[in-house]
Order: sequence, then structure tokens, then C-alpha cells
Amino acid sequence: MDIELMINSFPKLLNATLITLKLLSVSLILGLLIGLGFAILRMNNNKLINKFAYGYSYIFRGTPLLVQIFIIYFGLGQIEYLRTTFLWVVLKEPYWCAIIAFSLNTGAYTSEILRSAFQTIKPGYLEAGKSLGIPSKIIFTKIQIPIAIKQSLPAYGNEIILMLKGTSLASTVTLMDLTGVAKYIISTTFKPVEVFIVAGGIYLFMTFIIHNVIKYLEKKYGFQT
Amino acid sequence: MELLYFGDKGWGDELFFATLMTIAVSITAMIIGFIFAALFTPLKLSNNKFLNSIGNAYTTVIRGVPELLVIYLFFFGGSGAIMFVASIFGYNDYIEINAFLTGSFSIGIISGAYSTEVFRGALQSIDKGQFEAAKVLGFNKYIYFFKIILPQMLRLAIPNLSNVWQITLKDTSLISVTGLVEIMRQSYIAAGSTRDPLFFYSFAAVLYLMLTFLSMQLLNRLETKYSKGY
Repeated sequence: MDIELMINSFPKLLNATLITLKLLSVSLILGLLIGLGFAILRMNNNKLINKFAYGYSYIFRGTPLLVQIFIIYFGLGQIEYLRTTFLWVVLKEPYWCAIIAFSLNTGAYTSEILRSAFQTIKPGYLEAGKSLGIPSKIIFTKIQIPIAIKQSLPAYGNEIILMLKGTSLASTVTLMDLTGVAKYIISTTFKPVEVFIVAGGIYLFMTFIIHNVIKYLEKKYGFQT
Repeated sequence: MELLYFGDKGWGDELFFATLMTIAVSITAMIIGFIFAALFTPLKLSNNKFLNSIGNAYTTVIRGVPELLVIYLFFFGGSGAIMFVASIFGYNDYIEINAFLTGSFSIGIISGAYSTEVFRGALQSIDKGQFEAAKVLGFNKYIYFFKIILPQMLRLAIPNLSNVWQITLKDTSLISVTGLVEIMRQSYIAAGSTRDPLFFYSFAAVLYLMLTFLSMQLLNRLETKYSKGY
């Protein structure tokens, strides 16, 4: 056990954790918006729109995240037309490519979580809202969304943790996130166990925090149907 | 489409064998995972606090740390650990472990943690009366476990195990970082030499979709088979 290496690598790894957290938070926010959009599309009565939303979530949930990152980072740059548009400013940066891939991926899972949450809302609530003459827009924002958020908290907490682990794939497109730096230190020092303990410990600490925050929110917004 | 021809001109045969490799790694990893689950599920359900915490540590650590980090640990640390054990027995030469073994072992440990949780949940949701009735009727241990508990556990576990299978199948793409030629690695090689990454990575995505789709069909059949009578 090389304790000195563990102490020396800790600040470097902690610094890289910032990138991991940045990737995680930005893609979670974008993913939540995408997920909400597709969950609404999934509940649409139009079959074509419904199928499209289902296809999106099926494709992104059925393929590895690594493939998605590689298609966006290596693949899209190949299209000549894209290089001339403003999108190229975004797509040539590995950071933004990773964020696009992560957001689309977590968006697919989130849409499924939200869809099932919306579907478990008792029709009585909506009927009560309607019979009180509340406009359907307000029924959606003030009744359906708050209930859906409460219903989906446990599943969404898992998704956040899965996404935290997913951000480690950013290291495959040259980003130096926590896993990227850990790999760099391992391959220069050949001390995998020590580095694994420190980097793994940081990841575990983050999952621990996320887990407890979600638990607290579940309790706070505890909701019985 | 020429890129997909079989033989020297295209990458069809290479990608076909790479797909077989992905399937082989996934199945091996799943079996290794079951072995780990068989070891750790009793620990997680044990009343002994020490054994219990070992079981919990396994599932918590593995499920809380990125798969890629676990793979790096075994990729860089695997041969070192084996050499250390071998040196105790007086063998001091360099030992290199096969990429297939490292890959399936590291994915197996990850899938084992998920399987452990599935088995634990399934065992806990079997009605207590079933255990007691089997004991009262004086069945021997073999019948008790294999004929009474296991079939009921499988019925509850199979839907979740098919999720674990999906996760494992997708996780095998990460072994490509160790150089094992499965779908992802083969696409990387093909994309590099033809300069057509968009096509090959999209094709890899199609292959994975086909694998997940086909395996879901099979698993759904298994699910209906085991839930007969319910």
C-alpha cells in the first residue's frame, strides 16, 4: 500500500471531480427538460408522435452510452454540412459532445420515469380539477407535475446515480474527469489499487450524498396515494 | 454497403465475429455474476452483523463506482494480483491474463452486484409460510431449496434479471478499452482504417439494438414460462 501516492493523488482527483460534477449537473438539467418533453409526447394520442417518442427512448436505452458518445464525437464531425453550420462550434468540443450524449441518454430514461409517474396519477384528481373549472394548463402545471415529481423521486434518484457513473465515459473522449485522471495516474504509476480506493471513495461519497438528499426529499414531499 | 461485405473487402465477417464475442463475454459475465450472487446473497440476508456488512459493502461499492473504474482496476491490477499469488507459490515469471478473462471477470463482478440485489429482493418477497411449511413437512435440504424455494424465487427474479442482462450486455462495450475485440473495439478499428466513424458506430448501435431486442424476446418467453399458474 502506497499511502503517500494516495495522499498526493487526492488533490488532483478532487480537482477532476469538479469536471465530473459539471458534466453531471448540466446533463441532468438538459436531460430533465428532454425527458419531460418526450414524456408529454408519449402521452399524446397521435400514434405517430407516440411511436416517435417511444422509438427515441427505445434506441437510447437499448444501446450502450459509449456508442452514443462515439457517434456524436467521432461520427457527426464526418458530415461536411455540419462543419459549415454554427453547430460545429459545439460539436468540435469533446466537452459539449459528452454533454449532448449524456443529456440525450438520461433524457430517454427520465422520459420513461416521468411517463410512468404521470400514468399512476389517479384520474380522480384530474376529474376533480376539471369539475372545479380549472383550466387544463393549470391542471397540468399545478396538479399533474407536482404529483409526478413526487411519484418519480425514488426512480429518478437511481437515474442520477447511474448518470454520475455514466459521466466516467467522458474520459474516453479525452476529457480529464475523475475517471480520466484516475486512469492517467494508474497508467503512470502502475498502482491501480491505491488510485481505485481514492477515486472510488470520492464516487462513493457522491453517491452517498445523492442518495441521502433524495431520501430527504422523499420524506419531505412524502405523498400517499 | 460495400463496407459490410464479408471477406477481405469489407468488415462484415469481422463485425459478425465481434458480435459473437460480445455475446460470449456477456454470457460469461452473467454466469460469473451468478456465482458472485450465490456467494453474497446469503451474506446479505444473514443475521450475523459482520457477514451482513461484507455483503452490503460488495453491493454498495460496486453499484456506486463507475464500471470503467472497476475495469481499469482489473485491467491494470489483474496480472499484478495473479503474479503476487503465483510468487507465493514460487513462480516469479511475468503472467499476462487474457483480455477475455479480465473483461468477463470485471463485468461479472459488476453484474453480480445487481444480481445479488435481485435475488435478495426475490427471496425476501417469498411468503414466510412457504419456508415454514417446507420445514414442517420435513423435506430434505435439496428438495427444500431446489423444488420449493428456487422455482418461486425465479418467478419473481426473472423480470429483474432480464434488466441485469440488459445492463451487462451494454456494459461489455466498456471492455473495448482493454483491447478485447468485441463490437465496440471492432467498430473503432474499422472506423479508424476507413475514416468512416459515423457509419461504423451507427452500425454498432444497430447491432446492440438487435441484441437487446432479441434477448428481450427470449427472456419474455422465459418469464411467461416461469409465471405459469399465476
